[in-house]
This record gives sequence, structure tokens and C-alpha cells, in this order.
Amino acid sequence: MSLFSRFEAFELDVLKEVGNIGAGNAATALSRLLDKPVDMAVPKVSLLPFEEIAERVGGSEQIVIAVFLRVEGEAPGNMFFIIEEQSARRLLRQLLSMDAEEQHGYSEMELSALCEIGNILAGSYLSSLADFTHLLMAPSVPAIAVDMAGAILSYGLMQYGEMGDSALLIETTFLEDCQSLEGHFFLIPDPESFQKIFRALGVVSE
Amino acid sequence: MIEQNLVKVGMADLNIATDGAVLKTTGLGSCVGLALYDPIRRVAGMAHMMLPSSEIARETNINLAKYADTAIPELIERMIKAGAYVERMKAKMAGGAQMFAMSGQSDSLRIGPRNVESCIVMLNRFRIPILSQDTGGNFGRTIEFDSINGMLSIRSVQFGTKEI
Repeated sequence: MSLFSRFEAFELDVLKEVGNIGAGNAATALSRLLDKPVDMAVPKVSLLPFEEIAERVGGSEQIVIAVFLRVEGEAPGNMFFIIEEQSARRLLRQLLSMDAEEQHGYSEMELSALCEIGNILAGSYLSSLADFTHLLMAPSVPAIAVDMAGAILSYGLMQYGEMGDSALLIETTFLEDCQSLEGHFFLIPDPESFQKIFRALGVVSE
Repeated sequence: MIEQNLVKVGMADLNIATDGAVLKTTGLGSCVGLALYDPIRRVAGMAHMMLPSSEIARETNINLAKYADTAIPELIERMIKAGAYVERMKAKMAGGAQMFAMSGQSDSLRIGPRNVESCIVMLNRFRIPILSQDTGGNFGRTIEFDSINGMLSIRSVQFGTKEI
């Protein structure tokens, strides 16, 4: 925790820009997939207590669809692409004309399609980030889960658990057609990755 | 029905309940939710633990509730202060899932099963019997523990609610 309390305002701005570039590219990718304009909110960078992280997507028990990728390479971290159920069904309908039946969960095909969408978006987020920082960032094979937000997100916080009770996350939300489709990107760099990101971008601290 | 007093236990947190209050923790993934109970004094305790061992802690002021090896002694002590006897305590637990099935799993990704193992070791050390458990799998759980009858109710997205 003490590690992060030292972050300066300009360093947080740098991380915001990281979120902006990554999610900007992902939004463009989504816009191409849907053939529709996609808007993006200003990224938020925040140091949040574990308890509050799930609140960002509707609370610990909110059921969400999450695609998880472990980022390996020079600046390791965890990446989540999170959408709510309604948005997921809308995505399936628009992209693949799949009509996911309400209440019956998801078929393997639908989950696989959602996982691939998450993979494409997260991949474009990370590759633009890697280009921008000249750091090697390789995403793992994606995994998908439909479950409570708290249970899913806590999985990405383990690296922080050893250091304190809060985690720094870079959050970007995008919207298509006035909130009819809403998605969140959470990039949770490992604690050791921040200095590498700063150094790569020429922000020398101390 | 009378509204029961609800005591919330957050992530990496622990708490005790007496006088018929219900302990609740939400969104257990790889974390383990442990419920301890003295059936005679009706003192219950719950911990939501994230990591198996405090040996890996790199923080200076460690949060005892976060690690299984520190949370369990702390929880027992708090319950004893509230009038419980360790000899009479019973345990139930849930959680320790593996939320994402990834190939090429490193040890850090197997955190759920390791949390469960660590809890069992600690409970054995205090000779507290584990009456029942619902651990593992790949899904999240929300649990509620009733300090009157010692029932642990577990809710998950796929399987609904069950009591152990």
C-alpha cells in the first residue's frame, strides 16, 4: 500500500493515458465488429480497497460475464473484460444473430463466441499498449466465467493480497448507442509492473 | 418472520456474531469462507480469507484476516472473548474455487485449493472438527451462517441455495 501512496498526480495521468490508448483501440475494434459507433468514457485510475472493486460493476453478487487474460511479459498483470448479461445477449444478437434464451444460461457456442469477442478486444487493448510502451506484453489464452463479480474479480487481486488491501486498477467503460451496450475493461498491473511502465514511457520517478 | 440481524464480513475480513445474528459474506471465489460455531454458547464467527499463508506477506502491517494461518487463530480468540470454548467449536467452510480453468497453471493460480488445504491444517492444529464443507469447483459462492442453529447456507449462480 505504501508503494502506491507515493504515486504522483502526473503518474496517475500517465496510467490514465495507458487506459485511454488501450481501450481506444479496443473500442475501435468493437466498432468494426458491430459496424456501429462506439463511445468511450474517460478512463479512471483508482487505488481501491478490495471490497469496493466489485462495486464498480454493480456489486459483489452481481452476475457478470468476464473474460480473463493473464498478461505475461515485461509488465505482467491481469486483464478483465466484463459485461453484464443484457449487454452480452445484445452482443450475441448483433454480431452472430444468436438469440440467447433468457434464463437458460449460455450454450457452449455462445460462451465461446463471447470469449472470442473478449479476446479480440483485450488483444487490441494490449497490443496497442505494447506498441506504445515498447514493452513485451503477451496475453494468455482467454478464459470465460459467468458468475458473481466479487468471486471473479478477487481472482485478479491475488498479487496484491500479499502487499496490502487495495489494488490499483485502470478502468475504462465503453458504450454503444446510449448505454444499450456497456462493457468494462479492468487492467490490474502487478505491483512490480508500474515502475516498468513509467520507465518505458520516460516518466522517471525519484 | 423476524428480521435477523445481519453481520457483514467483507473480503479479507472476519467477524463474530452472538444473540442469533447471521454472518454473511458475498462473492467467495478462490477465497475461503470459514464459519466457526460454539453450539452451546451460540457464538459464531466467520472469516473471508484470501491467501493460504502469511509467510508470503510483503506488507508491514499485515491484515490478520487475509491469511488462513493468521485469520483462524484470531477468529478463535475473538470468539473465546465472546464466551465460546475452543473445545466445543465446530467448523464449516465453503469457497476455494478455481474461477478460471487455465492451461499451464502456475501455483499462484491454484490458490483456491491451497486456501482450503491451509484451513484444514490450521483447524486440525486447534482440534476443531470440520462438520461439512462445500469447496472447490469453478463457481462463486455467497454464504450465510446462522448463529442460532449453526446452519451454513450457500448460494451460487448455477446451483441455487443449499444448506450444509
